Amino acid sequence: MSTALTPPPRKNPQKRTVSPTRPPETRSRAAMGLSAAAAEGRFALQCCSECDRVQYPPRDACCNCLSTELPWKNISPNGTILAETTVQTSTKLYFRERAPWRTGSVKLDAGPTLICHLHGDCERNGRVKMINRLDRSGQGVLLAMPQERSPNMEDDPQLRAMTSDPKHRRVLITDARNPNSPTLAKAIVEAGASMVFIGEGESWRPYPEQKELAAIDKVEILPLDVTDTLSVQRLAGEIGGKTDILINNARFVRPGGVLARGDTGFARDEMEVNYLGLMRLAQAFGPGMCSRTSDGVNSAVAWVNILSVHALSNAPDYGCFSASNAAARSLSQSMRAEFRSSGLRVMNVYCGPTDDDWHQPLPPPKVLLSALARSVVQGLKDGLEETYCGDVAKDLYERFRQNPNVLEREMTMGGDGA
Amino acid sequence: MTRASKRIRQSYDGAVLVAPFSTPYQRYSIDTAHWWIAKALRGSLDAAGLKPTEIDGFTVSSFTLFPDTAVGLTQHLGLCPRWLDHIPMGGASGVVAMRRAARAVQTGDADIVACVSGDTNHIDSFRQMLSSFSRFASDASYPYGYGGPNANFALLTDRYMQEYGATREDFGRICVAQRDNALKNPNAVMKKPLSLDDYMNARPISDPIALFDCVMPCAGSEAFLVMSEEEAVKRNLPFARISGAIERHNAHPEDPIQLRGGWTMDIDELYDTAQCTPDQIDLLQTYDDYPVISIMQIEDLGFCPKGDAAQFVRDHDLTIEGDFPHNTSGGQLSAGQAGAAGGFIGLVEAIRQVTGKAGPTQVKDAKRAMASGFGMINYDRGVCSAAAIIQAGDP
Repeated sequence: MSTALTPPPRKNPQKRTVSPTRPPETRSRAAMGLSAAAAEGRFALQCCSECDRVQYPPRDACCNCLSTELPWKNISPNGTILAETTVQTSTKLYFRERAPWRTGSVKLDAGPTLICHLHGDCERNGRVKMINRLDRSGQGVLLAMPQERSPNMEDDPQLRAMTSDPKHRRVLITDARNPNSPTLAKAIVEAGASMVFIGEGESWRPYPEQKELAAIDKVEILPLDVTDTLSVQRLAGEIGGKTDILINNARFVRPGGVLARGDTGFARDEMEVNYLGLMRLAQAFGPGMCSRTSDGVNSAVAWVNILSVHALSNAPDYGCFSASNAAARSLSQSMRAEFRSSGLRVMNVYCGPTDDDWHQPLPPPKVLLSALARSVVQGLKDGLEETYCGDVAKDLYERFRQNPNVLEREMTMGGDGA
Repeated sequence: MTRASKRIRQSYDGAVLVAPFSTPYQRYSIDTAHWWIAKALRGSLDAAGLKPTEIDGFTVSSFTLFPDTAVGLTQHLGLCPRWLDHIPMGGASGVVAMRRAARAVQTGDADIVACVSGDTNHIDSFRQMLSSFSRFASDASYPYGYGGPNANFALLTDRYMQEYGATREDFGRICVAQRDNALKNPNAVMKKPLSLDDYMNARPISDPIALFDCVMPCAGSEAFLVMSEEEAVKRNLPFARISGAIERHNAHPEDPIQLRGGWTMDIDELYDTAQCTPDQIDLLQTYDDYPVISIMQIEDLGFCPKGDAAQFVRDHDLTIEGDFPHNTSGGQLSAGQAGAAGGFIGLVEAIRQVTGKAGPTQVKDAKRAMASGFGMINYDRGVCSAAAIIQAGDP
């Protein structure tokens, strides 16, 4: 079994912070399919559409029949370790600093042999279950896991290097006034976070979640208004050096599309919070977090955006709100690119309609607060970049993947008086 | 597996090997691959008493020549060949270059072919070469610990040990014998004696591989010439004949992990064409980037059954004076690995041996030698394999 991770000692400010280093990033275009699947936590390999041969490493043509149709499909992840080695020294700094590093060769039941990382609890020549994770370069890599759960298995140093696990980390949740904040804070504390900071705008104005938040152990409420650049900078000055995970749940939502509104007032508020708020946070917290991605057990590890799934395709009943989320989604891609060289991960959690006042007229299923908190925590533990919370979000993403133009038509067809 | 065709392979009669030359290796060099290749070409031509304009065929193997190829080298070195090749097969390059050049000489496409390989080694150039070695390597092996070939061969070694009961001492015997040989080779990079204890207690690199299982990347170059027998006789050059030669690529893709190489597909044919048996081979030059690969070759080239090479090295003396002279110049493990020149070191030494020009490393009465090549860990295994049997020109 893995050794349980102990809480890190207080940081000695006189010691130099370790510069971030990264595993190799270069991949062929075909191999990026592995990264795309890892971003969603799926174990998928290329599978020939003509002869069904499962291929690895990723190719541009089938090594059995030369077909060039090689779609990525979810594959049974079971296999057997054939050989293993522990890399004691490497020419790559990232691994040199983290040696010893256990890797191996696994014969997959589905066919190919995979060179992969080996979880510390895998038995020699044992049966394993493969998972596909993003490493700190942001590319997908294969990791062999024991088939049975073992104690503290998430604390394995090689696995933890790929995930964004909140255990022993300090987390900032940006909006105390969002009804999801107490559930989210509790879930993060339960996942082992050492500290949860919660940003609170207009502190003089009472709100229902305040008492519940204050009662949670390890929670500290601090002033933060994402529409106010100075307020964001002030908080970053105070806790930016110890923010390991930032969860941006600040949100402004009102129903209505373009014609349903008489002016641009609400749209401006939506952009101020949902888009510019995110940018302010990124400008104030991003550089500090990027410089601390190799800072030991509680290194900076992830940035989480909670977005409406209608960032992918507009929902006309909430047309302007959807547009602000599309802007935020696009900005998250820019952040991902800018954070990439540090290894700081950007995870977007896409939500269907949430079970709150602003979505009261919509029919179920709606996303419960507890479901959202579960998605955020599981996404961090799996080190994801993209996750879809609730049936509506999953359904919409499937349709989006199949054909975004058909989805747009489906979303925008007028109801027949229904 | 047998060949699909029943056609008989033509012999290499009439084409011979002359003027073997090894430029002394250096651990690091500020010079370029072009410089090292020029040195070896010059050395070989000088040995044959030829001017650069007198060769009409040229083949080169190098990893560090970028952005040039054999084409750029013709202008760079002032050559005007009518037959040109560039062979990117790493450890198999030497035998493959020899095969192709011999066919060119036999058919009259060229009269004299220079076969050259060489690489430089700057500080950090090994690391940079690893990062762009092959597409499968950058996609699917280097992201896993970035152990480079050390980690890949560690996996093969681990599996081999489990499968056939070989121990680290068995691999050590190969390394220790080669160091003995290298101490007689003034050009070897390694100058200190190596004991089995030193080997066993060395710093671990990628378990079960430790320091002395790994070759030392260095700069160096190797060359030889292929010409007609008449030409060699006319010029009064000692020469070696090619009794047989094979190559094979991506053999046994169905094997989940590599425990044998492509030699197994063609080895019977090699002995048939050479009209000899393994016990008639006076010395063996294997491709020795890691001892497990030499072990594999001793089996796959027919010196013992599969899985018995560990016992074979326990039972035999692999030094120059021994009953099974192996990698007589010290091989890459002790003379150094000069990039693609590692694919030539064994063949060039074998030519020296059978022509009686090996000097301090000369095996007594060496008349017939086998040189074997293995190259290019594309992903999880070496893809290219080749072997040749050569004989003294005057039996």
